[in-house]
Amino acid sequence: MIIDWAHFTPLASLAGGALIGLAAAILVLFNGKIAGVSGILGGLIAKQQAAWRWVFIIGLVISPFIYGLVQPLPSTENQTSLLVLLIAGVLVGIGTTASSGCTSGHGVCGLSRGSLRSLVATLSFMFAGFVAVFIVRHLIG
Amino acid sequence: MQLIFAGLSGIIFGLGLILSGMTNPAKVKGFLDITGLWDPSLAFVMGGAILVGVFAFALAKKRGQTILGESISLPDDKQIDRKLVIGALIFGVGWGLAGYCPGPAIASLLSAGLQPVIFTLGMLAGIGLYKIFQSKQT
Repeated sequence: MIIDWAHFTPLASLAGGALIGLAAAILVLFNGKIAGVSGILGGLIAKQQAAWRWVFIIGLVISPFIYGLVQPLPSTENQTSLLVLLIAGVLVGIGTTASSGCTSGHGVCGLSRGSLRSLVATLSFMFAGFVAVFIVRHLIG
Repeated sequence: MQLIFAGLSGIIFGLGLILSGMTNPAKVKGFLDITGLWDPSLAFVMGGAILVGVFAFALAKKRGQTILGESISLPDDKQIDRKLVIGALIFGVGWGLAGYCPGPAIASLLSAGLQPVIFTLGMLAGIGLYKIFQSKQT
């Protein structure tokens, strides 16, 4: 393991994380709901209590434009082919529905609640993510 | 009122994802590449979020109802079973392949070209497929 100091952004990431925590705090304290994006999407597909879910998703979609009013959007880089992205999307959809959560539902809200179930899920998806990147970057690539 | 707070939460959530680097798939992969050139930044994202979240969920639990006086619905599922672990592993593979998880993909839908759109379409198909599979089992 070599630390990638050139791309390391501890302060921005910590501040961004605190905003994500604040968003989860607003949703649970005012609406009594978990800010888990896969769960919110799943509820939309199942047509459960759709209004607040739509509004949350719309907020998420327009957030880059609000960010852009204050400062330029950070550059992003994505070299994954569309086919791999599509397959990855299907895996993420199936996986998060089976395990009832993703990085936000289990990783942020679940760990904040001290849920052992969410800890197991978080360790599992982190491990699989490490393995997937290892295989793609170092075995195949 | 609930809709206003849901929208506010979505916006702040998205701003946090952008500021933290989560909407950049290359950065996410840099975090997941622990055996290569490793960028530990995203551990700070989760740290920052949980630091705030712990207080929020403790307060929510103590109050027992929302500030607007409604009931709070927290998950009560405590079961740690194969479905949880295998599901999370499948999710992790997709996350590592794409560098997108659900939140950042949605936050990038209109601002980062075709790639997050294709990923999101796949994700919606996956959610739908699993729900069909689930309803046939019960």
